[in-house]
Amino acid sequence: MKKVIRCLVLVLGLAASLWLLQRLTMPKYIHENEEGVLAGEYYANSGDNDVLFLGDCEVYSNFSPVKLWEEYGITSVIRGTPQQLIWQSYAMLQDTLLHEVPKVVVFNVYSMRYDKSESEAYNRLALDGMHWSKAKAEGIRASMEEKETFASYVFPLLRFHSRWKELGADDLRYMFRSEQLSHNGYVMRVDTKPVTVIPDPIPLPDYTYPERDWEYLDKIRDCCKEHGITLILIKSPSCYPHWFEQWDQQIADYAKENDLIYVNFLAHQEETGIDYQTDTFDAGQHLNLSGAEKASAWFGKILKEQPGVSDRRGDEALAAAWEKKMEFYEAMKASQMKQLEETGEVHSYR
Amino acid sequence: MSFISIGFFAFFAALLLLYYLVPRRFQWMLLLAASIAFYASFGLKYLIYLGVTAVSTWAAGVRMDDLYRAQDAYLKEHKQEMSREERKAYKARVSGRAKGVLVLCLLLNLGILAVIKYTNFALENVNAIFRTDLAYVKFALPIGISFYMFQSLGYAIDVYRRKYPAERNLAKTALFTSFFPQLIQGPISRFDELSQSLFAEHAFDGREVTFGLWRVLWGMFKKLVIADRLAPAVAALTAADASYSGVFVLATILFYALQIYGDFTGGIDITIGLAQMLGVKVAENFNRPFLSKNIAEYWRRWHITMGTWFRDYIFYSMSVSPKMLKFSKWAKNRIHPEVGKRLPVYLSTITVWLATGLWHGAAWHFIVWGMVNCVILLISQELAPVYRKFHARFAWSNTKGWEIFMVIRTFWMMGMIRVLDVYHTPGFWARQIASIFTTGNWGALFDGSFLKLGLDAADYLVVLVGSLVMLAVSLAKGKGPVREQLAAKPAVVRYGLIWLLIAATVIFGAYGIGYDAAQFIYVQF
Repeated sequence: MKKVIRCLVLVLGLAASLWLLQRLTMPKYIHENEEGVLAGEYYANSGDNDVLFLGDCEVYSNFSPVKLWEEYGITSVIRGTPQQLIWQSYAMLQDTLLHEVPKVVVFNVYSMRYDKSESEAYNRLALDGMHWSKAKAEGIRASMEEKETFASYVFPLLRFHSRWKELGADDLRYMFRSEQLSHNGYVMRVDTKPVTVIPDPIPLPDYTYPERDWEYLDKIRDCCKEHGITLILIKSPSCYPHWFEQWDQQIADYAKENDLIYVNFLAHQEETGIDYQTDTFDAGQHLNLSGAEKASAWFGKILKEQPGVSDRRGDEALAAAWEKKMEFYEAMKASQMKQLEETGEVHSYR
Repeated sequence: MSFISIGFFAFFAALLLLYYLVPRRFQWMLLLAASIAFYASFGLKYLIYLGVTAVSTWAAGVRMDDLYRAQDAYLKEHKQEMSREERKAYKARVSGRAKGVLVLCLLLNLGILAVIKYTNFALENVNAIFRTDLAYVKFALPIGISFYMFQSLGYAIDVYRRKYPAERNLAKTALFTSFFPQLIQGPISRFDELSQSLFAEHAFDGREVTFGLWRVLWGMFKKLVIADRLAPAVAALTAADASYSGVFVLATILFYALQIYGDFTGGIDITIGLAQMLGVKVAENFNRPFLSKNIAEYWRRWHITMGTWFRDYIFYSMSVSPKMLKFSKWAKNRIHPEVGKRLPVYLSTITVWLATGLWHGAAWHFIVWGMVNCVILLISQELAPVYRKFHARFAWSNTKGWEIFMVIRTFWMMGMIRVLDVYHTPGFWARQIASIFTTGNWGALFDGSFLKLGLDAADYLVVLVGSLVMLAVSLAKGKGPVREQLAAKPAVVRYGLIWLLIAATVIFGAYGIGYDAAQFIYVQF
């Protein structure tokens, strides 16, 4: 018995120390690749959101849940990660349902063009921060490139051990905590870089969306239907990468067939008031704060009409929670504006 | 399924659990099933090759055994009636039939090996010599074929020599051929040694399992922290179009020595450790080879089971064969007594090293590698009297300092020969070795050139510290088994060191994305 206990203590001690090493070596995403914290930040904001945004940078840069709250009293959260693929969006939807059941799911369809993972790093940004669930496991399996292993998601130390060379003070400081980056998933940028040239689109040999993506879109549709959620498909505002007419038609047809709302923001530029001379921070690919607030203000009108979505500003507890979010929002905005004034650019989100 | 994979760890953990849970009489059967599953993970088709070797050596063994049993019974029955000459003649007839069976077995197996491993080498040479354009043949080379086949053929030869009776159980012979920890890179075990523990029933022994695990961890450290970390630098230094000469060749010799040592001895440590956890005792394959004082000693300490295989089954078979003795006698009388005396040893040594070179691979650089070793060994043998005189005359040549000099000299000499593995053509190798003496590019040591080989300063530091740890362990081994020494330490020290070993391997190991986790080098042989 004594031997068994000693053995158990040794194994537990080893596991604990390896876990600490894992915490130490995992990227902290504080001063670079900051979007890496987005997947994990959701859990602090989960529980009572009527609207869930799913998609890539075109959702976490282009919509402001704080604006939706301020203008319409809509509670919303964004689960966006860089180049999020549709099977990752599906995994996030399923994972969300473990924590809350939104009334509306907004899915940005730009990722429909990808039939496989484009980068292991993006997989990591989307999946590492998710809490463990069946949905995450399925998301990993669907996302993994050939060189990746499932085990390295279970034990990220196997993936990030080689970071020992670049360990710094941040790795120690943020071993057990992080610094909040987003505002219910929205990543703020207050600076402006106007559009000067829009690159010519490169024609594609085939515009048909891959079968695999349709399968996942069906899964998202079915999942929403099953839970009484309204699914809205969007093409988020941007100047480029180019949104082809052929892609748009396929989505419009799908929405029509399945009685879904499809909002192509590119077709509503005038109504939204987005001006790519003032409302983008990277020359047209993503919106800055001004643009995101315009897009949110316009989209809120559509969202508030959806079943179950109501103005919840009368809920005191909720209002108090959102008040704090607004304070953080304003503080970050002030901090970025200050950087902009002092140096002419935004060096840090916070 | 590489030893260095999560899949293998899961496979082995499940096997280990089952192994000590099933009734002990079924343990060897479980090992056979696991071995087949392990080999099948490389491709189902390879099981055919493994199966042919297992079945043919089993059948040959049983047939030879039957012949010998019948002979013994016959001689016992007719002991009174037969004269000594008649008995001798009868034995010679039976031995001839047994030899026929053995030759068939050898032809079948070596034929398979020759066809799949050496056909393209033969075609390449035919094309070069006769300026033909014969198409190459694409064969899937079964992993570890040279190891399991030599092990099985050793068994068949031993049965022929009546060293021990044949194993009559096909499944047990198949397990001997396919025992998975040693299937892909040896050691090349002997049936009489391995079978004792392989087929035995084993109760769980915490100490054996712990010791086995420690050895596995040590092997992984050597493989992942040192060998695989050095792999990109060795690849860069030996690329055909690279112009890394002079001091870079010295670096190649050093790096490749450390790489192959970490890789091969690490792999064997894993093999022996895994087997030990299952209660099976596998032969040691290394005995601190880099501490050898001369090349003959090195070859007695490096890849020991291969060396003894060639010694027992080729060198002795040739050098004391009746035909060789007759030839030696002829040479003594007709040429010179000294020539006649040396002829069997010389011819057998040349054959052994030719075979050793070819065993390592179907390429001229391996053959040249074998021949260079052979020539140095024969010259050393001839100069032995000179060395004796030298040591008798100069007292300082018997000091510790001289011993250290000899160890260092042997390390670099063997290193120079060894890099034939990676320089790929004998001509390129010769030019590179010559450049050590002709290219004075010592400045490259300080101008950052070595940081362009795929390793940065931190990598070199890891290799340096890791190598010093390997050296320390080698030196400690001189005082007795290292794990025994470790077990005698206080628990805090013992487990602290094990923890360090695990943490260092996990953190500093070159594996995962960003590294092309190298397959064990000897697997290709």
